[in-house]
Amino acid sequence: MTITARAIGRLMDRLDGPDKVRGLARYAFEAPVEHPAYLYGLQSTVAVGRITAIDTRAATAVPGVLAVLTCRDAPRLRPVGDGELMILQSDRVAFRGQFVGGVVAETSEVARAAAALVRFEYEPGPHDVELRVDHPGLYAPEQVNGYFETDSVRGDVAAAFAGAPVRVDETYRTAWYNHNPIEPHTTVATWTDDGLFLHIGSQNVHGARQSVAELFDLDPGRVRVSSPHVGGAFGSKIRPHPDLVLAVMAARTVPGRPVRFALPRQQMFTQTGYRTPTIQRVRLGAAADGRILAFGHDVVEQTSKLKEFAEQTATPGRVMYVAANRRTTHRVTRLDLPSPDIMRAPGETPGMFALESAMDELAVALGRDPVELRVTNEPDVDPESGRPFSTRNLVGCLREGARRFGWAERDPTPRSRRDGAGWLLGTGVAACMYPVYRMPGSEAMVRLEPDGRYVVAIAAADLGTGSRTALTQIAADALAVPADRVELRLGDTTLPMATGAGGSSGITSWGSAIVEAAARLKLRLESEYAGRTPPGGLEVTAAMPENPYQQRFAMYSFGAQFAEVRVCPETGEVRVPRLLGVFAAGQIINAKTGRSQLLGGMTMGLSMALHEESRLDPRLGEVVNHDLAEYHIATNADVGSVEVHFLSEHDPYVNPMGSKGIGELGIVGTAAAIANAVHHATGVRVRHLPITLDKLLVPESAPGVDVHH
Amino acid sequence: MREFRYERATDVGGAVSTLAAAPSGVFLAGGTNLVDLMKLGVLTPDLVVDVRRLNSDRVEELPDGGVRIGASMPNSDLAADPTIRGRYPVLSAAVLAGASGQLRNLATTGGNLLQRTRCVYFQNVTTACNKREPGSGCSAIEGYHRELAVLGHSPHCIATHPSDQAVALAALDAVVRTSGPAGERTIALADLYRLPGAEPQRDTVLEHGELITAVELPALPFAANSRYRKVRDRASYAFALVSVAAALDVADGVVRDIRVALGGVAHKPWRATRVEEELRGGPVDPERFRAAAEAELAAAQPLPGNAFKVPLARNVIVRTLLDLAGVPR
Repeated sequence: MTITARAIGRLMDRLDGPDKVRGLARYAFEAPVEHPAYLYGLQSTVAVGRITAIDTRAATAVPGVLAVLTCRDAPRLRPVGDGELMILQSDRVAFRGQFVGGVVAETSEVARAAAALVRFEYEPGPHDVELRVDHPGLYAPEQVNGYFETDSVRGDVAAAFAGAPVRVDETYRTAWYNHNPIEPHTTVATWTDDGLFLHIGSQNVHGARQSVAELFDLDPGRVRVSSPHVGGAFGSKIRPHPDLVLAVMAARTVPGRPVRFALPRQQMFTQTGYRTPTIQRVRLGAAADGRILAFGHDVVEQTSKLKEFAEQTATPGRVMYVAANRRTTHRVTRLDLPSPDIMRAPGETPGMFALESAMDELAVALGRDPVELRVTNEPDVDPESGRPFSTRNLVGCLREGARRFGWAERDPTPRSRRDGAGWLLGTGVAACMYPVYRMPGSEAMVRLEPDGRYVVAIAAADLGTGSRTALTQIAADALAVPADRVELRLGDTTLPMATGAGGSSGITSWGSAIVEAAARLKLRLESEYAGRTPPGGLEVTAAMPENPYQQRFAMYSFGAQFAEVRVCPETGEVRVPRLLGVFAAGQIINAKTGRSQLLGGMTMGLSMALHEESRLDPRLGEVVNHDLAEYHIATNADVGSVEVHFLSEHDPYVNPMGSKGIGELGIVGTAAAIANAVHHATGVRVRHLPITLDKLLVPESAPGVDVHH
Repeated sequence: MREFRYERATDVGGAVSTLAAAPSGVFLAGGTNLVDLMKLGVLTPDLVVDVRRLNSDRVEELPDGGVRIGASMPNSDLAADPTIRGRYPVLSAAVLAGASGQLRNLATTGGNLLQRTRCVYFQNVTTACNKREPGSGCSAIEGYHRELAVLGHSPHCIATHPSDQAVALAALDAVVRTSGPAGERTIALADLYRLPGAEPQRDTVLEHGELITAVELPALPFAANSRYRKVRDRASYAFALVSVAAALDVADGVVRDIRVALGGVAHKPWRATRVEEELRGGPVDPERFRAAAEAELAAAQPLPGNAFKVPLARNVIVRTLLDLAGVPR
């Protein structure tokens, strides 16, 4: 089934925009509650060890303190698979910064001041926090995130690589990145006789409810989670984290009274997940005409001792290019650190930095244009599954991007251009891709009101992305009515089940459920009421149907990113005056918020390329630059022109809207395009992100840097 | 944040005597750094004396051709002041290179000079830091020190002073006027700051209760040809890895006079007297500029994580002076 696009595809202002700019949209911490208490979390100051003594007397004695929680008196939790959530259950410390207690008080200031008075003594143990390519703990996980195979092998890579006339064999590293949404992780938790009411910022309210119900041994029906607005998430709010558990524990100490908890920025570097650093070896062996004969991508990354999260970093290469001989592997090791987790395009983001940098290196080694090299290696079918693509327009994106960017005039010689101020100029290109995911389990309710208006309800999330608006457009077209006759409700567990806002799957999963419910409602209206609105209205709930094409086609979005950089010859400072992306991502539901999604992704990719890095002090086992002054995210001054173009793409197989997810596609490949442009500008190949000025200033002494001039 | 008393002083004398009687009290001006440090538990004063409105908030002309900047003048106003922009552009540029628009609106001239290091360990009370807790040790020397000092540091502390404004003032031979329990005095800006030595907890020579009331700049006509070049890890809202404040007086290809100070390299704004001595009276010559910069930096003792600052500082000194001399790349 497909629907006719009327509202879909339009530039529609986001429906929650007016409320947001006027400060009327309430985020979790601002939920209007009576007489709240406040919580402050206590963190371990050793990376590994045992708590040997706790003294809470001074804190308890502070006027205004209501309760001090530690492992001695915290509620027992029912063990769940996610060990990160099992806080305050024993005297063991699993990483520095782990929650070991909390103070509940009348004000946030008193809670924080009293927290400083709680004394813990530890018997520390030796800790192991450094990721190395030869770490003895490296192992092959059963699968990697996204349910992908850990390894894939086709043919004989070693032999084919050894026999290839042109070879690239390099190691690339990406840094530890923290999500840092503007809205920190916040909770307002209230225990009453009716159960537990949680206001949180969440990508998945039903998932959060399920986790909390399991941990605290509650009937899920007695837990309500509300999250109408979310101030950014990037994956850090897809699953609950220890802050939510601590808030629920704290609320239990003051029954009937709401407890407010907002993580300070510094604590977000230990509590809410992060992107694992990666060490990636890429091998590309090619014939003289550029055809890739051997492709290898071997990834080393970390997880924690509390749970396994294995990022699917080598998976994009399984889809990108032809090569008869291919091998991709993932090895992870468990370290005494916080648990890594999903962060915008897990897998594709670090993996495509390495692969698309290596493709550029191969183009240089072959003396071929990097756009043409990619076109040469374009597969007819998905190289590893053998399935046809539902649609694949990578070549179209590369060609259109090259035309718009002015790629044809490029002299590929490094260090060959300067601007009027004497800064070196360079340009680079990289491909990007992202899978079309659909998550089973979403349901939508559509109700025709007696006055002819429609209410559409689904517990979906709007992270600030515009999904509320896009789903309204989908519902309007599915019902064949103007968008202003549809009221969309989301972000609450009182609404029908929705899967999480992850894997850019929201619009496919939620939108398909809405289209199904709308179709059934229309059918019932015709068959039972001759098309006339019944006096009491009519309501239909339906689940997302199966997609009959799911197993027949490989489904992906693709794109091409072009970057222009300026590099100061004396200092190595890199500026990016221009980014240009062309994306083929099916039907774009909202041309305005959709553009913002890609633009935001590209900006985050720029930030990853040049700025972001959580700096671990291995002696402490802690990220030391844990605030927004020292963890550098690109500022406005770092971002120049960012152009987003969509290639028109009709894909009848992905879902009824013909849409593909766009929340993550934009960050994929940006860092490689910039790194490739930096090489073109300077002749220096930086394989270790971020590209800070020292790596360009003193190439002879910096790791991960080659000089080709 | 620990509970504290707050008092708004009505005159300088009252502020000084109030604080002098409160051993763990502090002055509050813009509060852009102090309040953060109080939240983090780095500073735990029991009394905060608000001096924001006590001093002049404008630039006054002095009879000798210099200017006096009131200590309460907001950073934004100082950067925008037409006299400063015309006669001392290096100062306006330095102030604008710091912080963000919102912070500059709140921060004051006096407070800017007394902001604390942004060393990550100083700001984290769960780690050792001699500046925060004398005798506890320095976590940075063998830890994360990318932003920290290459000149003038000690085995006890490798912190850098974060102010951009102070670097320009050091180059301009600024003098700081203070009022304290022992009366009023003037201190050359170069002497206001200390090197860490064995007492890194002391950033400056100011006594407890001594308040900066104004900053004076002597007449320096050639400072009209001055600039501030700040190199950092992103284009805005980051502290300097290396910065150079310089003024140059060139006639007929000869350096008649010169002022150079460096930021981001030491516990205080680093007046590059060696560069000045080497180049004053000599010809404009890139090789001489480079040799002078290397002579200045010969004393550098970089650590593994900040060794890049030495060639970076050299390159930025040379390029900034060449720009001021009108020599293109």
